[in-house]
Amino acid sequence: MNEQFEQITAKEQAAAAKFDNAVHVCVAASCLSSQSDKVLETFQQQLKENGHSASCQVKGVGCLGLCSRGPLVAVSHRDRPESSELYQHVTPDNAPQIVAALVAGETAADLVCATDTPFFQRQTKIVLENSGHIDPERIEEYVAAGGYQGLLTAVTEMTPNDVIDEVMRSGLRGRGGGGYPTGLKWTTVAKADAKQRKYVICNADEGDPGAFMDRSVLESDPHRVLEGMTIAGYAIGADKGYIYVRGEYPLAVARLKKAINQARRLGVLGSGVCGTTFNFQIEIRLGAGAFVCGEETALIASVEGKRGQPRPRPPYPAEYGLWGEPTLINNVETFANVPPIIRNGGDWYAGMGTAKSKGTKVFALAGAINNTGLIEVPMGIPLREIVYEIGGGVPHGRVLKAVQTGGPSGGCIPEAYLETPVDYESLQQLGSIMGSGGLIVMDETSNMVDVARYFMEFCMTESCGKCVPCRVGTVQMYHLLDKIYAGQATTKELALLEKLCKMVRETSLCGLGQTAPNPVNSTLRYFRQEYLDLLLDGERVTAVATTPEAQP
Amino acid sequence: MKRSQIITFKIDGQDIAAREDETILELARQNGIRIPTLCYLESVTPWGGCRLCMVEVKGTTRLFPACMTYPQEGMEVSTVTEQLTTYRKQVLDLLFAERNHVCSVCVSNGACELQGLAYELGMTHVGVPYLNPSLPLDASHPYFGLDHNRCILCTRCVRVCDEIEGAHTWDVMGRGVDARIVADLNQPWGEAISCTSCGKCVQACPTGALFEKGKSVAEMQKRHEFLPYLALMREGRDGDSEQ
Repeated sequence: MNEQFEQITAKEQAAAAKFDNAVHVCVAASCLSSQSDKVLETFQQQLKENGHSASCQVKGVGCLGLCSRGPLVAVSHRDRPESSELYQHVTPDNAPQIVAALVAGETAADLVCATDTPFFQRQTKIVLENSGHIDPERIEEYVAAGGYQGLLTAVTEMTPNDVIDEVMRSGLRGRGGGGYPTGLKWTTVAKADAKQRKYVICNADEGDPGAFMDRSVLESDPHRVLEGMTIAGYAIGADKGYIYVRGEYPLAVARLKKAINQARRLGVLGSGVCGTTFNFQIEIRLGAGAFVCGEETALIASVEGKRGQPRPRPPYPAEYGLWGEPTLINNVETFANVPPIIRNGGDWYAGMGTAKSKGTKVFALAGAINNTGLIEVPMGIPLREIVYEIGGGVPHGRVLKAVQTGGPSGGCIPEAYLETPVDYESLQQLGSIMGSGGLIVMDETSNMVDVARYFMEFCMTESCGKCVPCRVGTVQMYHLLDKIYAGQATTKELALLEKLCKMVRETSLCGLGQTAPNPVNSTLRYFRQEYLDLLLDGERVTAVATTPEAQP
Repeated sequence: MKRSQIITFKIDGQDIAAREDETILELARQNGIRIPTLCYLESVTPWGGCRLCMVEVKGTTRLFPACMTYPQEGMEVSTVTEQLTTYRKQVLDLLFAERNHVCSVCVSNGACELQGLAYELGMTHVGVPYLNPSLPLDASHPYFGLDHNRCILCTRCVRVCDEIEGAHTWDVMGRGVDARIVADLNQPWGEAISCTSCGKCVQACPTGALFEKGKSVAEMQKRHEFLPYLALMREGRDGDSEQ
């Protein structure tokens, strides 16, 4: 198998060496929606017309990161690798300009996007290491970039226990939001008794508003997830895996399908993985637009073909999951971290991050920020650095008010706490959560009551309706927030809202209901005055900057 | 088959001997301890949706639904605390405000489990604003009627129809507050071909949402005591006695 990988790598390198220049056009969702496919075509056509198609390689690649400047095109030169350029806002109309510059050995200066900025310099890429470099639809490029080496090592040189030990040593924690230690989860499933078989499920039902990390990984580097899942299957003794992708991600699904077929043909998936006796099949399951299906028990019900509704835990899926069998559920980003951990060792991974949160985390920057896009940073980096250095600060000269993390289950962190290091515990202490990695920046024009109302509306429409507190409680809380925002409520109603928040949090069945009050609680904690200002009988303090108290 | 060990634990200070595969709710009932429920129905799969049977367990701050939680050796369970009573009343608040529950004109007035719990927990008023939705009534079935105004989405009808009658006429459509009980593929009940007109759903319904035609205000008494016997008699017939 290793020889086969070497052959592929050698062939890929030889093919790349034939070209003097390479043009990489981002064809992930964001750039694609700005016609980057047309840009790609234009490049191919133009180079052909100019007779340079033999000396210049043109290919579509995954996300280049800085989505707000898309469509992005990266141009590199073999003879002078140091002077590669990144072009921004490329359209089919201005593509010929870049081609002309390329042919003449110059740069189209007015389209260049500076890459010496903190956005590009301050990131540490592990999950996104291939993103923007390889063609997501070709397994050969993934292999040439070191792909499937981790799997090969795992199945040919390590016992399942060795694999789990390595993951344990890496300190990797679930990237879906909860932060449960991945190695511990793997151990639990590995030790559980199966009636017939065990399952691996990849949760790709990314539903938080403003979050697109998993989408990007699946669209830019699908093989990485397949490799991670297969390693997990080997470690826990499962021979079947499912990827549950939300139906809103057609491109991710198409690329995954292609990737699964390619991996089967290469022999790194299916019967006899890498020539060993280990078998592993992966199937794709599509979600039908329900946010709650990202909750693991609801997701399992949905995979089984039932109505996507959660059930109380325990028993946890590790013990009683898909079809009642022990099931390992991890998020896309968690699986995407596994191949490099096996390849480079757990200690290497544990060398990054903080004492309790290791490695890196991918964030999707959105909202009132100059550089919207996808970033990967080491755990423990201060929020301020993400927002002001990597994110380039708040546009239009406005003032930052709060950073929302964790989507509808998370909370708002005010400006005063921007020095907080980004790790699971620190964010939790501030009343927010790490979440899956959505990071929404808000400036002074955002009203925090409105923000809370927005997230409550989201939870209300996404509640499955199974348990009473979430089904009716979210509606009542939404109406109360609406009334407060409209300036028609009194202190009595605010008190009722707080009472409902507590009750819904404590008594709801699944994570959706239990965390639905979080946006209200955190905005009340740091921006209570905004609520009071809107009440008919509230104590109004205008134009006074409130310093929020720090307490756990 | 699961090994079942005998363990001992405490509910409200009372020592209880239990098999590991019995839920806290079942054990409480066996020992004469009352835990309020709405969605629980003996002999069908527990649902865990009404959140009334939530209990406190010493040593954790989390609440557990008694209908779906199994005891562990030495566990100390409390079923009545100030906090639990507040939450239970709030659940009733939310239910009464969700749809149009007008007891005085209801067929089940005086025999309704929702109404009964409101009395039991000393509810004097509804603490949240009424939502007053506009909901239809399905009177297409020759013997029975379905009034969505009185439905609390406990899904007892769904489970009894599926698990005991084996017809699976009922299911839930839509989500959140817009969820509705539907017959077959959202057809009028009278046109649902899978319905055997056995009436178990009517007897299982805790409120007046499902009722027999011809019954006037306060005349609809529900009986579901026969269900455990029926379930027992049918157990193992279709080969899945493991459940």
